[in-house]
Amino acid sequence: MPTINVNGADIEVDEDGFIVDPDSWNEDVAKYFAAQEGIKELNDDHWKMINYLRDYYKQFQIAPMIRKLCKETGMSLKYVYELFPSGPAKGACKLAGLPKPTGCV
Amino acid sequence: MAFEPKREEKALKYEELRIYTDEELKNYSEEELKNFKIKHETPALDELEKGPWPSFVADAKREALHRKKLDADRMMTDKDAVDDLLGQLQLSFDHGETHWKHGGIVGVFGYGGGIIGRYSDVPEKFPAVAHFHTIRVNQPASKFYNTDYLRSLCDLWEYRGSGLMNLHGSTGDIILLGTTTEQLEPIFKDLTHVMDTDLGGSGSNLRTPSCCIGKARCEWSCYDTQAMCYELTQYYQDELHRPAFPYKFKFKFDGCPNGCVASIARSDMSFIGTWKDEIRIDQEAVKAYMAGDIVPNGGAHKGRDWGKFDIRKEVINLCPTKCMSLEDGTLKIDNENCTRCMHCINVMPRALKPGLDTGVSILFGAKAPILEGAQMATLTIPFMKVEPPYDNLKELIEKVWEFWMEEGKNRERLGELIQRFGLPKFLEAIGVPPAPQMVRAPRSNPYIFWKEEDVPGGWDRKIEDYRKIHKR
Repeated sequence: MPTINVNGADIEVDEDGFIVDPDSWNEDVAKYFAAQEGIKELNDDHWKMINYLRDYYKQFQIAPMIRKLCKETGMSLKYVYELFPSGPAKGACKLAGLPKPTGCV
Repeated sequence: MAFEPKREEKALKYEELRIYTDEELKNYSEEELKNFKIKHETPALDELEKGPWPSFVADAKREALHRKKLDADRMMTDKDAVDDLLGQLQLSFDHGETHWKHGGIVGVFGYGGGIIGRYSDVPEKFPAVAHFHTIRVNQPASKFYNTDYLRSLCDLWEYRGSGLMNLHGSTGDIILLGTTTEQLEPIFKDLTHVMDTDLGGSGSNLRTPSCCIGKARCEWSCYDTQAMCYELTQYYQDELHRPAFPYKFKFKFDGCPNGCVASIARSDMSFIGTWKDEIRIDQEAVKAYMAGDIVPNGGAHKGRDWGKFDIRKEVINLCPTKCMSLEDGTLKIDNENCTRCMHCINVMPRALKPGLDTGVSILFGAKAPILEGAQMATLTIPFMKVEPPYDNLKELIEKVWEFWMEEGKNRERLGELIQRFGLPKFLEAIGVPPAPQMVRAPRSNPYIFWKEEDVPGGWDRKIEDYRKIHKR
């Protein structure tokens, strides 16, 4: 498995760049991923989404469904793509340090 | 009304777009191919070059040789992609197991689907397929092409991918089989800017719609399947590219009940052309069939001697509702009792035609077995008129989506949601009154739910009142 180096710490990631262990996440990891996912700077709404995803994952050990995510953050799907150009799964979940979405993608 | 695309199609000229010269495209001889060995030993695959059917192994080897002889700087991915793919496939034949890793999330900015990421689990052995992502490209309705388009696409794919394709994926897309993550954005840019073509769908969204050949060259098509497929694809681009649903959702458009895109089995929302008025009969042609002047079924059974055409045996007695008869050499159809199964029309296409008052039946909920068992679609809208711009249809689709997006559980297909909630609830959600045509048979058990407002007195009862009449 490849690793990334964030502020001197080696963090394991898979081929798609998702971190393998959600506990190895910190805010610098999110900042590190932002550039790869087409984000210049993380603003308050980015963090709102990231924190929402992390809290939801902590509580339920699963990523929320898109509709729930939009409802509870009050962001439209269009706005989510404006924030995270590669979308909620590949973009937001990756920055939030959630495990890679699976299934018939 | 003839179909008019809303925007002008970009006319592609291969001579302007081509990447490779003729010499590069024809860079090997049949003699060289005979002596050609790919990088790996593939004894099991070599067996599959024998026999009469076109061999995917033989085709892949041609591509491997072609790439071997192209200059490395004339392509953006590994020259050995096809060699390594065959090598890994041989290894899978040896092990009886796949050698692709689980999952893979890659894509292009702005979209949440369209590309299926794939990585080899033996990348050290087969480095050229370490990344081997699949790109779904939205096909034109009914898959009509000209060679300028296909040759331009082939050049692009040779340059930025493995050169291997799937024509087509079962949902309908053109499948570009195998490239690296770095090439995804450049391919997307070339597809959109140069080829005027977009990606198809993948993930929990509207997948690429597809249709039968329709009015393009079938006299039975009851509506313009291509126009409807194209219009709905364009209209629902957002739903196609950015997953917003509980799970996948597919549209398919069949022009008649013959079901040439199998919409009844392979789409969540199946559109099947039908008609309301009478089957058109040309009695002269019926006589010609009976006299043996025209072969039945358009000659489909010529491969064997089935004897002289017998209209009673092959048409009248096979009619599922027995609504046909022959009176003094004249064919009669009791259209009130016809279920539009297409059989008689299929047997005598030159004598019988669908009616002129045409539209679609809409069926919902087909899916493969996972999780709750396979389902074919259930008839829900027996008949609906469809004319561009299909506003009535869009209204219905949006009601269906609203209901499913609100109530559907994570990874629950529409068919399963309808099972869980029951058809009456679904009908209520989409505003359609129940009709006998929606069931094959009435329920046989008596577990019937009633709405409180439909029952005099409602559900609030006091046991004391009951005890006044019935002693304990």
